[in-house]
Amino acid sequence: MRILLNGTEHNLNASQLVEALEALGYKDAVVATALNGRFVPKALRPSTPLADGDHVEVLAAMQGG
Amino acid sequence: MDFYGVALSSRLLLGTARYPSPKILEASIRASRVEVVTVSLRREGGEQRAGQAFWSFISAMGVRVLPNTAGCHSVKEAVTTAHMARELFGTNWIKLEVIGEADTLQPDVFGLVEAARILAADGFEIFPYTTEDLVVAERLIDVGCRVLMPWGAPIGSARGLNNLFGLKAMRAHFPDVPLVIDAGLGVPSHAAAAMELGYDAVLLNTAVAEAGDPVRMAEAFALAIEAGRMAYAASPMEPRDMAAPSTPVVGKAQLA
Repeated sequence: MRILLNGTEHNLNASQLVEALEALGYKDAVVATALNGRFVPKALRPSTPLADGDHVEVLAAMQGG
Repeated sequence: MDFYGVALSSRLLLGTARYPSPKILEASIRASRVEVVTVSLRREGGEQRAGQAFWSFISAMGVRVLPNTAGCHSVKEAVTTAHMARELFGTNWIKLEVIGEADTLQPDVFGLVEAARILAADGFEIFPYTTEDLVVAERLIDVGCRVLMPWGAPIGSARGLNNLFGLKAMRAHFPDVPLVIDAGLGVPSHAAAAMELGYDAVLLNTAVAEAGDPVRMAEAFALAIEAGRMAYAASPMEPRDMAAPSTPVVGKAQLA
């Protein structure tokens, strides 16, 4: 399946959001996620299905003003 | 000073961006004795995992974080970012920015009120980055904001208090709402002026981070804010147009 994660295309074998995150090394990372512009809480990642062409955003803490 | 039931003794809130190094950021936070720092959310990627390192750094500082929605230009972006920030940082506080214009980074006040309405209904405690417009400020209060953060001048411009009259009017109009000058300050005298007007606090970033010596500048701002607040509490005299001799005239010798 082809997904766009943080703007980069990945070909993954992942049916749920949590699997995509694990496959790309975010398993233990402190991150917040959005799917196609909608916030997905951590607790819902295992039950959030992915579809071909989905846009995933994975955000973390960063310096800010 | 009280923000959403949280009592704070420092009236300086400090941004964490643009410092020469994490070490200098840490020293600046310590030197200014701030209790609240602003943080942001950005894409986490690559092998570096910069966000994880920053999160560990901030957690170890023992300060309260105020996440922002910097860079958001729409209500949807700002609301989604706020939700992501709440989960990531574990706080209902959100510095709500909805940017309306690229050159001035002026807030889109229409989008701001709408985003604030949505977020307040969802339990967020909102620190809206706004202008000194009183009508907008009333709307923000109406939808649930309990703190207002008018700009001093455009973000990063170092211009100081651009509309003194407007900011004075805002203070007079909202005597009981915590008001924070957010953005546009350049030197400690700007911060002292804000405090002398009766503003409750000042939020800074670039003025400290881009100073030649950020740590010393952070401390200078902290001292200026303390001095300005003390001056406000001491009720400054009103300016007048004509001179008034400070030395008594009574008892002056006739020597002419």
